[in-house]
Amino acid sequence: MIWQALSLQLGYNASLVAIGATILGIAAGVTGSFLFLRKRALVSDAVSHATLPGIGLAFIAMVALGGEGRFLPGLMLGAALSSGLGLLVIGWMLRRTRLTEDAAIGAVLSVFFGAGIVILTVIQSMQSGRQAGLESVLLGSTAGMLRSDALVIGTGGALVLLAVLLLRRPMLAVGFDSDFAAVTGTNVARIDLAMMGLVMAVTVLGITTVGLVLIVALLIIPAVTARLWTDNALRMVALAGLAGGLSAYIGAAVSATAPALPTGPIIVLASFVLFALSLALAPARGGVALLLRQIRFRRRVHRRQGLLALALGQPIHEPFTMALLAREGMARPDGVATEAGRAAAAKALLDEARWAALRGDPAHGLTASRYDGLTPIETVLTPDQIAELDRHLPRAQGVA
Amino acid sequence: MGAEFVALSLSPLLIGVLAAVTCALPGNFLLLRRQALIGDAISHVVLPGIVVAFLLTGRVAALPMMLGAAGAALVSVILIEAVRRTARIEAGAAMGVIFTTLFAAGVLLLEQSDTSGVHLDVEHALYGNLESLIWLDATGWSSLLDPMALAGLPPELPRMAGALVIVALAIAAMWRPLAIATFDEGFAATLGLPVRAIGLALVMLAALAAVAAFDAVGSIIVIAMFICPPAAARMMTDRLLPQVMWSVGFAILSAVLGYVLAGYGPLWLGFANSVSAAGMIATVSGLILGATMLFGPCRRRAGIAA
Repeated sequence: MIWQALSLQLGYNASLVAIGATILGIAAGVTGSFLFLRKRALVSDAVSHATLPGIGLAFIAMVALGGEGRFLPGLMLGAALSSGLGLLVIGWMLRRTRLTEDAAIGAVLSVFFGAGIVILTVIQSMQSGRQAGLESVLLGSTAGMLRSDALVIGTGGALVLLAVLLLRRPMLAVGFDSDFAAVTGTNVARIDLAMMGLVMAVTVLGITTVGLVLIVALLIIPAVTARLWTDNALRMVALAGLAGGLSAYIGAAVSATAPALPTGPIIVLASFVLFALSLALAPARGGVALLLRQIRFRRRVHRRQGLLALALGQPIHEPFTMALLAREGMARPDGVATEAGRAAAAKALLDEARWAALRGDPAHGLTASRYDGLTPIETVLTPDQIAELDRHLPRAQGVA
Repeated sequence: MGAEFVALSLSPLLIGVLAAVTCALPGNFLLLRRQALIGDAISHVVLPGIVVAFLLTGRVAALPMMLGAAGAALVSVILIEAVRRTARIEAGAAMGVIFTTLFAAGVLLLEQSDTSGVHLDVEHALYGNLESLIWLDATGWSSLLDPMALAGLPPELPRMAGALVIVALAIAAMWRPLAIATFDEGFAATLGLPVRAIGLALVMLAALAAVAAFDAVGSIIVIAMFICPPAAARMMTDRLLPQVMWSVGFAILSAVLGYVLAGYGPLWLGFANSVSAAGMIATVSGLILGATMLFGPCRRRAGIAA
């Protein structure tokens, strides 16, 4: 069943929904990575919660005008208006009062959401059977999604992607260094506004699929996942799009297989699985890589200290050092240095002596600060400099 | 008014007030430490904790659920810190990763498990059901002195009162170190104060408040009360103790006004049904915050022209 869903064999409608969700996921990942670079990830939480009163009011207005209350574009318009208002309020609070950004986000989030809940209970008591399912905007559900809804979501997602493509340069500049961007002539306030507009668009498109409580996850988690893999901004944006699209696709497909599998949570959990895998396996920032680096560092320290001990004829008490030297053929298990060990030990000792000379010379101040007891001196000085250094070494220690 | 009010409104009103104050107290310090969104995160992760406790014990009981929720709060704090350090990303993003994931897991567990026979669903988790906590045994004000009737009080009331006492006593007990660590963590560390332990203790107090209030009124009040009354109080004064007092006052005002408006407001306007009390309390607290932001004497940051 799940394989059928993943290979788009559950019928035309389910496939269309999955494709629409995938485009939305890509748009969310891409947009979210700019938000993450701007260090404003949690603003999206306020944006998404602030859509609720607008959704409720739009529903009431559409029913009052004799229309269908769940008409998606209408709900989206209401959602966009009220989350836009929420954003304005946050901006005003930051400019005009002493409150910090986290307090402004939390206040707007909770108050707008509370007002939305009030409006939802008003709708529940209205004399209309058609409002059934407006609660689905909270946690998302693709079950009752119409073909036109999927088309709206897919088209909207594609438009968001197009806008990001056009705005990627200034948004990156602002994300990395807003002061520098301002100096070079970028209108930072306008770019920030555009970025928030894109976030709002993703949120509004996502209310029916992911739900407004969890859409923030689709903006944050893929971006953080992508950040683990690369230090190149545009590559990160592309990877975030990939992660977001994949999560949304898996979520929409899997949740189509059973009624008790709500779409939003599955999408979020799928994106978290990608994140957790990345956190473990990513090449530079992952947990495994971190562990390997630590082990390698420990070995270097022990090898160096062991070699110095051999060179000075001191006994080695640390079992790990002894085992390491023995394994690398530097010393016999009883602690006597081999031929290779003696050479390496002499080299280590010479290195230390050169470093000591270097650090005693004020002219080398900056280079001397790179001394960590591990780095071979050849990696920081040219052969000429080393030769110059060697002329000042005490002859007794010189081992050519 | 009398008998009906005592039976139907007194206990939800009291529970609302107690929940609001319990959350507002630690909220003051979270706000000053710029950790206001911790309350948001905690109130989301409480859900999986409660669901897991329910699945393990098979019944809706207070103690296991409190333990489950507190455990989930602790786990989330640890996970957020672990993600922040391992991935080297900003705290906000790490928080966003963890609390949304845990909340999603909670929702999924809830939908997958058979909870049809018990009062546990996502809507209840989000905005509680304050109105249902009525005191059936009450016949009038005299019931307050009647031990038989008092025994029929909703159990959320004494539990919420207990949580308030614990939170208030704990904050009073660590007032000085907490205040110092809040305003200047570096200075507190040089004084030899256990800064990290103080921070964790505050988060645990917030978790306790969130868990107790969550059970009675849902997470939306919890988030609103963590932030709005302390933020409004911040507009009124520059001193810590008066700020805490103001926030308690605002919390009580929000709860009472919100409850009354939700219960009776629609009737005054000619509608038959009341609206969500939890949502209305959050809305009122926002309106109070809005008023103080416009007119409060200390609303501006130092250095901003009037």
